[in-house]
Amino acid sequence: MYNRNNLKGWLYLLPALAFVVVFMVYPLIDVFIYSFEESYNFASQTYTGIGLYNYSYILHDPYFLQAVKNTFILVIITVPLSTGIALLISLALNSIKKLKDLFQTVFFLPYVTNTLAVGLVFMILFKKTAYSEGLINLLLNSIGISSIDFIEGPYWAKMFVLCFYTVWVVLPFKILILTSALASVNKDYYNVARIDGTSKLRIFTRITLPMISPSLFYLIITGFIGAFKAYSDVVALFGTDLNAAGMNTIVGYVYDMLYGNSGGYPSFASAAALVLFAIVLTITVINLLVSRKNVHYQ
Amino acid sequence: MKIVLEHLTKQFISRHNSSEIVTAVDDFNFEIPDGKLVGLLGPSGCGKSTTLNLICGLEVPTEGKIYFGDLDVTDLPPENRGVGMVFQNYALYPHLTVRQNIMFPLENLKGEQKLSKEVMNEKVLEAARLVQIDTLMERKPSELSGGQQQRVAIARALVKTPGVLLLDEPLSNLDARLRLQTREQIRRIQKETGITTIFVTHDQEEAMSISDLIIVMKEGMMQQMGKPQEVYNHPANLFVAKFLGTPAINVFEGKILNHKVYIGEDMILDTDAEDQEIYIGIRPEGFIPDKNGSFRCRFDRIETTGRDTSIVCHNDSCISDSDIRVIVDSDDEINNDNGIIRFNLKANKTHLFSKKDEKVI
Amino acid sequence: MDKIKELERKSRARNTAWTVAVFALLVLWAVIVLFPFYWMLLTSVKSYASYNAEYVPKFFTLSPTIENYVQAFTAVPLAKYFVNTIIFTIVTTGLMLIIVVLSAFAFSRLEFKGKNLVFTLFLSLMMIPNELVIITNFVTITNAGLRNSFAGLILPSVTSVFYIYLLKENFEQIPDELYKAAKVDGTSDFKYLWKVMIPICRPTIVTVVILKVIECWNSYVWPRLITDDENYFLVSNGIQTIRESGFGRENIPAMMAAVVVISVPLIILFLIFHKKIMEGVSRGGTKG
Repeated sequence: MYNRNNLKGWLYLLPALAFVVVFMVYPLIDVFIYSFEESYNFASQTYTGIGLYNYSYILHDPYFLQAVKNTFILVIITVPLSTGIALLISLALNSIKKLKDLFQTVFFLPYVTNTLAVGLVFMILFKKTAYSEGLINLLLNSIGISSIDFIEGPYWAKMFVLCFYTVWVVLPFKILILTSALASVNKDYYNVARIDGTSKLRIFTRITLPMISPSLFYLIITGFIGAFKAYSDVVALFGTDLNAAGMNTIVGYVYDMLYGNSGGYPSFASAAALVLFAIVLTITVINLLVSRKNVHYQ
Repeated sequence: MKIVLEHLTKQFISRHNSSEIVTAVDDFNFEIPDGKLVGLLGPSGCGKSTTLNLICGLEVPTEGKIYFGDLDVTDLPPENRGVGMVFQNYALYPHLTVRQNIMFPLENLKGEQKLSKEVMNEKVLEAARLVQIDTLMERKPSELSGGQQQRVAIARALVKTPGVLLLDEPLSNLDARLRLQTREQIRRIQKETGITTIFVTHDQEEAMSISDLIIVMKEGMMQQMGKPQEVYNHPANLFVAKFLGTPAINVFEGKILNHKVYIGEDMILDTDAEDQEIYIGIRPEGFIPDKNGSFRCRFDRIETTGRDTSIVCHNDSCISDSDIRVIVDSDDEINNDNGIIRFNLKANKTHLFSKKDEKVI
Repeated sequence: MDKIKELERKSRARNTAWTVAVFALLVLWAVIVLFPFYWMLLTSVKSYASYNAEYVPKFFTLSPTIENYVQAFTAVPLAKYFVNTIIFTIVTTGLMLIIVVLSAFAFSRLEFKGKNLVFTLFLSLMMIPNELVIITNFVTITNAGLRNSFAGLILPSVTSVFYIYLLKENFEQIPDELYKAAKVDGTSDFKYLWKVMIPICRPTIVTVVILKVIECWNSYVWPRLITDDENYFLVSNGIQTIRESGFGRENIPAMMAAVVVISVPLIILFLIFHKKIMEGVSRGGTKG
């Protein structure tokens, strides 16, 4: 009886297990191996030695360093900015009754749209062409600022568009989470604070923030992880040749190493992916350590 | 501090139908003397909590005035009224310790009222001692029992020494045993501080046992106010009579004819009142079994629970939801003659209400 | 009545300035969210000539045209991308659902040796980023000769450890008594799963399906790695190709028409299911 059940359990699990082993467990081991195999040849599947050369190569590759720099700038700007704006908007949403559902639905819309497709619209809005300055530039002109080429112009301008679009893309999720966190704070806390004569600022810092801190912290962690893995939205704005645009990200570098014009180097790609993983892991651990002090789980 | 409500009225526009007005509190007039413990009693949805919110200032009345002492506080925001409030679910800040929770209201004080750290600690400790939680100061609310949380909430409400303490269903979240203990605690704390205290409850026993005064409400209207035993003994109307007392009062239909009260064919009492159709309420303890008694019922059974013996019987004129219940001394002789049992009635336990407006006659 | 209304107005009026600021913020963000959608719709119905003639773009058009849509379907194989994506989405979601339901059932209801060990392994895999495994998967699929095929597109995307976890939690909330009662009645495990568990957990299953459909429709990275034959492009890759080479690069109205076409299905899905989608996402979906 027990044996039959044993078999049945594994039978139900078999499809999932097969796919997980082939497409997740094996690749996970393999990526480490790749990253240490030197001069791996994709066509003949041979390599010349085992060592740290792949890591040393990418860490000296100016494209990789540029990608790391871009990614870090993107993370440092967009994570605090998007979380802050999301908090502001969620607070506003929670303080109204009329139209709340409508606004919430509208704000969530970007979540379900194709990043590549809408990215194209953003590119057109910001782009300066022979025919037109682009809508954003016309707006800038109207307040007395001269036109800027946001898509093919100076680095800071490109970074600005990227950050703007990234915030636009990640905000729906954050607003959703924070709005429901704020709504779930019991109204009696606010009533009791009011009777005690607590100022609005103090209610926010001493009651609201601690009460939603688990959600806030969850958003910061997932925000960091997500921003470090930025890629599609960058492609949407600047095209697939990101190295040429100087706007590559670490993930973009991994894929470029794997495939495309500069591709065919899974070893370099593996090393870069593992460096990314190490960075994300470190940041997450730091986040967890900080949170232990500041997050209040009920 | 004495509390006076004058024509206090609160109306809402109905949430379901915007042309409909809901009157939660209807023309309240009463005065609560200084230093009393007052129970605001009524079935759920009768407007007790709204009354409490009006007194503390979380809601603004549609009409009427509220005075604390001689001061008109109707337009004052809650923080300037000097009230302490304990919510039904206690509303303790889960991320703060007991000490921080109690200290929270003190830290809000600004300007001249601002206190030094030492004074604050002193006051917090004093409040904690009063409610006997001074040994648990560094715990978080989640590490406390329901009764302890309740006491922390009371300490937090008391720490600013408010003129008025308001408690919203303070015992409803506790189990039966803790409820008894806690209500004694509330009584003791109120006596020790002498702060005028109003608490809301739907449990008549709770209100009767610890209040100096009770106010009975129904559908936004005050039905009666008075000392618990007085209200119990002299209910102003049928609703109050039915709401107070366990087991509930037995209600009959009857009439007055030539200054005599009849239930069915049986003449049970003499009265001065005019002839009319009436309701008659008889407390369970108002029956005296007597084989020559004038009031006849059909005997059903005898139930003994602990020290009480009760007779359960039927009468066609009875309009209570359940059978007639009579509490008797266990050594009373019970004569059961062919299924008919006879009683004499105590006049002070028998209440007559006009059928027209259900008011006492 | 009037008095009550007046009182309510009064209590609101105290905060008028605050309310105005709040609504201003909300409206501002709503405009920022909606404007790109309006702009792509507007541009897609402007004719090529009139679009290029506008140095200062107009915010409306009086002569909408569908010529761009015609061009989007004729000048580039947009219909092909579209059909590919639908096939990809349906097959991937369907397979995933079967796999996820079966394994969630095994984890929640069946007893077998090694169950906890395997479940722990699955849970720990939730923390592994896709970028780490995609390299080997690329090599695996390439070596298996599955580049430019639906099998190559679909196979690596049909498992989701997270959804298994989500469904297992939901399955476990079904009381044991139901299972025991079914056993007493002689119901087989599979019939119990099909007739009892799935109907009870339908809300979660619907959520999982919707989230997976959104993910499939928007997937870009894997399809880009594994296909270079236009016949197997999905809409995301199609859009990227259109951007880099389609319509002679400058025909922006036609590009916008293509963008509208590929955005519409998900937006319709969202408008119908927005409650379910938002609820599902807040229970555990992060983008990407």
